[in-house]
Amino acid sequence: MQFILRRLAFYLVAAWVAITLNFFIPRAMPGNPVESVIAKYPDLTTSAEKALELMLGGGNQGSLWHQYVTYLGHVFTFNFGTDIANFPTPVSTLLAQSIPWTLTLVGVATVIAFLVGTALGILAGWRQGGWLDRSLPGLMFLQAVPYFFLALVLVDVVGIELHWLPVGQGYNGQTTQPGWTLTFIGSAVQHAILPAFTIVITSIAGWMLQMRNVMITTIGEDYVVAAQAKGLPSRRVVYTYAARNALLPQLQGFGLALGFVVSGALIMEIVFAYPGIGLLLLNAVSSDDFPLMQAIFLVITFTVLIANLIVDMVIVFVDPRVRAREAA
Amino acid sequence: MSTVANIWRNLPLKAKVGAVLFGIFLLTAIIGPELAPYDPSFQNPAPNLLMAHPSAQHWLGTTQVGQDVFSQLLDGIRQTIVLALLVGIIATALSVIVGVTSAFLGGLWDEFLSLLSNVFLVIPALPLLILLLGYLSGRGQWPTIIVLSVLGWPWGARVIRAQTLTIRNRDFVAAARESGEKSWRIIAFDIIPNEVSLIAASFVNTVLYAIATSVALAFVGLADLNSWSLGTILYWAESQQALQLGAWWWFVPPGLAVALIGTSLVLLNSGIDELGNPRLRASRGMERVAGHRVWATDPTPVLSQLSSSRTRVAAFLHSFSRGSLLDETPAGGELR
Repeated sequence: MQFILRRLAFYLVAAWVAITLNFFIPRAMPGNPVESVIAKYPDLTTSAEKALELMLGGGNQGSLWHQYVTYLGHVFTFNFGTDIANFPTPVSTLLAQSIPWTLTLVGVATVIAFLVGTALGILAGWRQGGWLDRSLPGLMFLQAVPYFFLALVLVDVVGIELHWLPVGQGYNGQTTQPGWTLTFIGSAVQHAILPAFTIVITSIAGWMLQMRNVMITTIGEDYVVAAQAKGLPSRRVVYTYAARNALLPQLQGFGLALGFVVSGALIMEIVFAYPGIGLLLLNAVSSDDFPLMQAIFLVITFTVLIANLIVDMVIVFVDPRVRAREAA
Repeated sequence: MSTVANIWRNLPLKAKVGAVLFGIFLLTAIIGPELAPYDPSFQNPAPNLLMAHPSAQHWLGTTQVGQDVFSQLLDGIRQTIVLALLVGIIATALSVIVGVTSAFLGGLWDEFLSLLSNVFLVIPALPLLILLLGYLSGRGQWPTIIVLSVLGWPWGARVIRAQTLTIRNRDFVAAARESGEKSWRIIAFDIIPNEVSLIAASFVNTVLYAIATSVALAFVGLADLNSWSLGTILYWAESQQALQLGAWWWFVPPGLAVALIGTSLVLLNSGIDELGNPRLRASRGMERVAGHRVWATDPTPVLSQLSSSRTRVAAFLHSFSRGSLLDETPAGGELR
């Protein structure tokens, strides 16, 4: 419990840093973002301008400290202001529409990539120098391919040339509407296959390489040699003795790598025109919609932090050493 | 000269392949734009050169408005590599400074700097970069370089801090301190030379991060879109519907270039890893003992067991091989 509390405190600090950055970035930037937005959208109402000034600074909103406290209050009530491009939709409504798409797609694909990559890493590390291990440089090539480029090629080949799978959008809007119906879920799954495949293919090599390297170090440990000397079946030695211990650094790496995976997935969504956070972010960037950009940054950060907390709980569950250290 | 040759000979194959591949791109970055057949921004108005397939005049075809893709690619490689190397140098310098100071000063400073780098590791970088560059858009290359460097140091700092902590407690550092060396001299002449491979790995990693991120940012449109980098070529290809029109020669070459540069860096990095930890080498795994595949994780083989497990045909063939001289069973194997 103590471990979790300490991690929780750390994530709270990280969240606070993110919120504070978010508060100060527009105020520290050269030029006045509020004025540039108002210049771009001349028919904003005064209430919208007021909301903008609160989020981005400027105007006469009292001292900086006062603005900061008000801003914190808004963030904690998920009030991210009103969207500019789609005035007067609140930013939180836009976010609520796109978060489920990204969360499902990226979450499922990342977990699949992690599990498959770890399993392959176990095999490659155990049979070091085998065909799987030797195929790693090839997989590294896939890892170095930018997410969005692989997405472009897949859209071109599978979607446009071969017509195997639908590309663009999260579901077929002509045949179905969002809801818990079979046709909708079927259509959504069909549209998610290619994006998910992109994430899995590009991130699998990273997990595999890391797991393989830890596996090789673990196999050199005395207790693994002892287990072999006892004549235990090799399946038991691999999974119960070597892999189980090699899994811990892998899990710790999972939390840190999550940020990269999510970042890559955001760009990938743009290529597939997937109705998630990434596409929303692109629209925000191209229309200089600063409140929306800021809110997206915060939401993504919070999601990654929560995912990290979950990983920490899994670590406590898997690693008896963490529990033992607390009991002592 | 001989030491350089020596280092090269000891490099793992992966690192050699990576170094050669990256060297080719580096050379392209240096001399490529001088060899470019056309001005990459020149829009040839000839109607048969709009979105033209690759030909003898235009090796990689032309864009929607008649620009030569090959010339754009050569320019783009230079700009992308220059940006990545600059970010690599600045960010690695930052991470060495932060990592070494943090470990060397210890105490409250260490707590603070470690917390800072951990916080920036856990906050996803790309959305923050997009946010920052969104405010700074239209100001050329430098904002991208600075922002990427400022956000690129935490990983390296963490690794270097850990290494400095272990080196700091070694005897030779204690000896230097006892003999009255100043702190900066200890850091510069005792500690940093022992971290060169780590710093090199961190540099390679940072360059990789800079290439991937800058290309992604340009693809979103957050870059100087009037200049040619691999990312901006891809941006224009995407926004001009190259994909829907089937103009593969426009978006495949830049993407492939990014992927190849990335692969060369990943190979280089895992090669450096293997240099530091020879156990990781793939070639050291399986070996052949008396014609049998033996894995590093298998129990030590007993020769008579090996040969008796052979089939009769294989055993017959084996009896002619040199490996059979090692066998204690009679040539031809045991009849079963």
